[in-house]
Amino acid sequence: MIDNLPFLVVAITILLGLYTILLKKDLIKIIMGISLIESGVNLFLIALGYRWDRIAPIFTGAPSLAMVMPTVQALTLTSIVIGVATLALLLSMVMIIYRYYRTTDVREVSKLQG
Amino acid sequence: MDILLDNLPGLLIAIPLLGAFLTPLLSRAGDTVRNVWILLITALSSLCGLLVASRVLETGTIVYTFGVDTISQVIPPDSGGIPIRIIFTIDPMNAFMLIIAAIVGFCITLYSISSMEKLSGKDGFFTLLLLLITGVYGMIATGDLFNFFVFLEISSLAGAALVAYRIDKGVAAEAGLKYAALSTLGGMLFLVGVGLLFAQYNSLNMAVIADRMQMTGLDIIAFVLFFTALAMKCGAVPMHFWTPDSYAMAPSAVTAFLVVSSQASLYALFRVCFTLYGGQINLLTVGWVIIILGVLSMFIGVTMAIPQKDVKRLMAYHAVSQTGYMLLGVGVGLAALSSTCLSQSVGMMALKGGLFHIMNHALYKGLLFLTAGVIMYRCGTRNLNQLGGLGHNMKWTMVFFMIGALAIAGIPPFNGFASKLLIYESTFLFNPLLAVIAMVVSILTLASFVKVFHSMFMGPKLPEYQDVEDAPRPMLIAMGILAVLVILFGIFPQQVVDALVAPAATALIDYQGYISAVLGGA
Repeated sequence: MIDNLPFLVVAITILLGLYTILLKKDLIKIIMGISLIESGVNLFLIALGYRWDRIAPIFTGAPSLAMVMPTVQALTLTSIVIGVATLALLLSMVMIIYRYYRTTDVREVSKLQG
Repeated sequence: MDILLDNLPGLLIAIPLLGAFLTPLLSRAGDTVRNVWILLITALSSLCGLLVASRVLETGTIVYTFGVDTISQVIPPDSGGIPIRIIFTIDPMNAFMLIIAAIVGFCITLYSISSMEKLSGKDGFFTLLLLLITGVYGMIATGDLFNFFVFLEISSLAGAALVAYRIDKGVAAEAGLKYAALSTLGGMLFLVGVGLLFAQYNSLNMAVIADRMQMTGLDIIAFVLFFTALAMKCGAVPMHFWTPDSYAMAPSAVTAFLVVSSQASLYALFRVCFTLYGGQINLLTVGWVIIILGVLSMFIGVTMAIPQKDVKRLMAYHAVSQTGYMLLGVGVGLAALSSTCLSQSVGMMALKGGLFHIMNHALYKGLLFLTAGVIMYRCGTRNLNQLGGLGHNMKWTMVFFMIGALAIAGIPPFNGFASKLLIYESTFLFNPLLAVIAMVVSILTLASFVKVFHSMFMGPKLPEYQDVEDAPRPMLIAMGILAVLVILFGIFPQQVVDALVAPAATALIDYQGYISAVLGGA
């Protein structure tokens, strides 16, 4: 049970993010939802790599060969960097939208229809 | 020289990436220097793409490992039989996509150097354009799932920024935001799928995963996640709502390449279905899911296109509809190859039709978007109701538009006819109803392009466009290259199918060959 706790947290975080994206009407909140999903996915990757009773993946001076898997940690680092870039891009677009529309409500930001 | 040739797959990514980040620096030296630099970079990277593709078609799959002394050392001796480095796997299917990206990538750069001349902010624009090209090359060439995710995000971020580049009172930013939010969501779904597969098979390499695939419950969840994310990115119908907005708002040259970027996602979708899950999946079910998506995309895309007044929005809906044809062809291919009562040749024919349509679509849709860009460049509007009589002054643009329109409607002797005929014939043998739907959609496509042609080019000269000129020469050359290819591929379809499409289709269904190319027959 305790082994699966991280995955439960992952599921809750991703579902909360999806809920925010689908049901909130504010662009900033929608971006918060996207960010939540990103955090959930990153936590998922980290949780995959972790094994009980293993040591940190630093090779020098390791007592045994049983280490926590280092690949996913590298992946998560990349994914966090990509997440920051995406977040910056999304927020700057919201800034531009706010400058021209004077609102961040999705119901009013809809000149592109049809 | 040999070293250069051996490292071509690496250079494919390195050249445009280096070019992208040096562009802002070099543009300090003036516009001419930057234009020459950008043309040089794209010409070199396109050349790389074509060379890699021709080598693959001659000698078979290239497996390129980053950071090894000897090229053949895919699996390090102390790794226990797992390729742990980043690997580019280029088989004839990838080569096929590389050729498309190389041709269209060169044409749009040539075009945008001229069409961006009077506008501001060129440094950022060309940096992003080169990044978009890098992302697409990477998506096509990589043989590693996480690497694919990284290149997917590079191309999505660059694409979204380019869609929003001309802010246009906030409307373009709105379209860009939609594209960026949706790509991020798709990318995250894809990453969860990658995590699920990594947890079970301890590898990110597609060939290794395909080799070890067990088809457990988690694998099916991962498949659904991949399928959703990639169908979203290629603009198949239930998730198509971003295509008209972002294709319409992006600068025209960028739109022409966004089409290629969508098709790179489509390629990845096929790669996941055929190679990653090749041996294990229920081909008939997945084939029918793809067929249904395809038919819906075809029909909804074309019916939404007809009432549009914005010419680029209309073309964007047609892009959705044409994606439907590719999905239909490949879906019928999957379903027919798995069934015992139909001969394998029907499946192969449908597969070839679907793949050939990808190439043709990139050419004629690129051409159409570029002509729409000329109209926008010269007249400043995309509204069909305000345009008219342009045929008197813009003769070349009119000819190019006509070639593109006839090709998209599937009229011989243009290339759209060749691939559509393959799809009609094979789907008719598989299920006649599907062939009928495909033909009706073609007729509706023709109808809507006749309308566009009429309201843009025909009629008396309008006073406000009394002395509008034709496009500048670089834009005409870019469109000319695409138009010549459209005609050539229409006149010699059999040669193109034999040389490029048939190897691609064979490579796509031969998942065992893909695995053994990487793992060395182990």
